[in-house]
Amino acid sequence: MRYLTDRKRAEGLGSANSGVHHFWAMKLTSVGLLFLIPVFIFMFGSMLGRPHAEVVAYFARPFPALVAALTIIVGFKHFRDGVQVLLEDYVHGTARTVWIILLTCVSYGAMAAGLFAIAKIAL
Amino acid sequence: MADVNRGDRPLSPHLTIYRPQITSISSILTRITGNALLLGALLMVWWFLAAAAGPDYFATVDGIVTSWVGDLIMFGSLWAIWYHTLAGVRHLIWDTGAMLEI
Repeated sequence: MRYLTDRKRAEGLGSANSGVHHFWAMKLTSVGLLFLIPVFIFMFGSMLGRPHAEVVAYFARPFPALVAALTIIVGFKHFRDGVQVLLEDYVHGTARTVWIILLTCVSYGAMAAGLFAIAKIAL
Repeated sequence: MADVNRGDRPLSPHLTIYRPQITSISSILTRITGNALLLGALLMVWWFLAAAAGPDYFATVDGIVTSWVGDLIMFGSLWAIWYHTLAGVRHLIWDTGAMLEI
């Protein structure tokens, strides 16, 4: 009993059926961002500091608008899943639950705000 | 609780015992950069919202994002996002099981 591990105690009790979901979500979003981020960095960087009319005209074009929208969607989903691991490692008890809920709201809130902005600029 | 006997088991070396190595520093920097990028990302979303709102509000927000504080955050974020991206490539390679021979 003394050396019985958590795994040994849990074995045979059935699977949770969602063990690799988080890992897979991180992997999918990271591969997506690997393509999106380098493109988005140069698009955003070249427009930062430019006059309003130029910025709006640029992000109204299909390719910049789509890259920006996809980067915002995939990026904030990746952040939400990543920050959950950070919180699970360092915050405990009720505070952990509250922080996960809070940063999930921030992530999806920022995602929605960003998409709204891109849609309004592009359409 | 599942961990009633945890205290009786031998403890493996952990964070406060190990001397920092290049691999552990790289690992923690990946985590720090990834999570710190929230700040730059929120500024970026704010900048897009301002662009959608109109020229007057855009001038205010663009002024903040391109002020010296904004420049500092954006320059830090630029470094952080490239670091995190390249560190992420290492993780994608490791996930295939490659390059892990001792």
